[in-house]
Amino acid sequence: MGEKPLGKKRSSEGAGRRPVATGRAATKAAPRDPFAEKALAATFTELYRRAATSMPPDVLAAIEEARDREAEGSAARETLEVLLTNSRLASVWSRPVCQDTGMPLFDVAVPAGVSLRAVERAAVKATRAATARGYLRPNSVDALTGENPGDGTGRGMPIVHVREHGRRSLVASLLLKGGGCENVGAQYALPNADLGADRDLDGVRKVVLDAVFQAQGKGCAPGILGVCLGGDRATGLAEAKRQLFRRLPDRSPEPALAKLEQELLEGANALGIGPMGFGGGTTLLGVKASRLARLPASYFVSVSYMCWATRRASVEVAPSGKAVFEQ
Amino acid sequence: MTEVRKLTTPLSPETVRSLRRGDAVAVSGLMVTGRDALHKLWVKSWPSYPGLDLAGAILYHCGPVMRKERNGSWSVLAAGPTTSIREEPYEAAVLARYRFAGIVGKGGMGTKTLAALKEHGAVYLHAVGGAAQVLAEKVVRVAGVRHLDELGVPEAMWVLEVRDFPCIVTMDAHGDSLHEEVRRASREQLDEAIARKRPDAA
Repeated sequence: MGEKPLGKKRSSEGAGRRPVATGRAATKAAPRDPFAEKALAATFTELYRRAATSMPPDVLAAIEEARDREAEGSAARETLEVLLTNSRLASVWSRPVCQDTGMPLFDVAVPAGVSLRAVERAAVKATRAATARGYLRPNSVDALTGENPGDGTGRGMPIVHVREHGRRSLVASLLLKGGGCENVGAQYALPNADLGADRDLDGVRKVVLDAVFQAQGKGCAPGILGVCLGGDRATGLAEAKRQLFRRLPDRSPEPALAKLEQELLEGANALGIGPMGFGGGTTLLGVKASRLARLPASYFVSVSYMCWATRRASVEVAPSGKAVFEQ
Repeated sequence: MTEVRKLTTPLSPETVRSLRRGDAVAVSGLMVTGRDALHKLWVKSWPSYPGLDLAGAILYHCGPVMRKERNGSWSVLAAGPTTSIREEPYEAAVLARYRFAGIVGKGGMGTKTLAALKEHGAVYLHAVGGAAQVLAEKVVRVAGVRHLDELGVPEAMWVLEVRDFPCIVTMDAHGDSLHEEVRRASREQLDEAIARKRPDAA
């Protein structure tokens, strides 16, 4: 790794800002293809390191604001302070923010002509490398035998969504979502008589608040919700989860959804569940909503709950090999 | 928070009974990790651990990230709590068999465990979920590991020596549970919110 351009960037500040590939090209017979499997595996390994060991600045800022809002001396405030300390330590030591380094979800958009198989293989290789280096816990378990292969990979793990886009650079986003919060995700079919939830936005509001109530502190509150209206069962949950790639200040461009996001955030925080379920005014840090077309007979509301340790990172790789990481 | 009480294992029954839900504590001494696969193994075969006195010690619901050093020793890279409720079917029997004085985890546990805490004189201690680095720092020594080959790193029983491991007592030996209280209070809020129509709704 050390001799590769990305390896150099690992230790330099402002990694990815220098177009190092140009310099490398002069000393080599052929310039290295930054979209080939080997180079991508190195890039994705670095993406793993960043995602697993350093928290996105927008999430940290939201936790800081929440801490300042909670009462002095309360368990809620102390807990939020611990989250901030923990995030600092993880980043300084390049160690996992949380020991459950989660189910990796890659969302990759590639320029025309890039091999999709190479991207998938690179993601698997990077998972093995990141696990060997201790950025990830050996986190994959065979569902039939209970066996843990020890390298973080398995059937359908990591999850890799790869598609072509119209740009010349490759953009990869990575989300690491732990099992505790995944377990409290939910999907409702409207109408829901128990909650008096009809097939309208008010019904959506009721079931989403119920999901937050059911989760209590078990999803490692304060969490971030991804919500999707519509779709089928599978696409609804996938779209809800995709919302977790959005930054916290981001508002839905659709006014009705933007309003729903705000209402759900306020409604959830009024429940008083608080950080870790200790009680308090910070149950969620954000809500991100989206929608998909539905069939006349179906009205699903899908909720993906992300813990406070919302570990996401992205990288844009130019054809020159220049890689810019962002969180 | 109120004053932090320092506790050292083995915890005496009197110490355990003096703890009340809401108390902040810092635990030092013997802690063993145990999660899903280990609980299942325990209730199936109840292995004994000669030379390891679990009575009065702490059981930690945790699947750590560990690294084997060149000299063969292990170091803890990350070690926060995992969700405890998954062990609800087993924990009462585990408490009866191994006599842990405390269970550290996150999210709280159910009525069966709450009753077992009362019966056996133990407490449930909530650590901050996701605080894997803050908590790993409190592990001063990895004293050993059991069942590593059969269960793998996250599920193995790691024997740890900890110092000033921070927790909040959320379920005590008197039958009180902070989780129940928060659940009740948030249920009231939810019922109210569900009864309320959106201001702009027809």
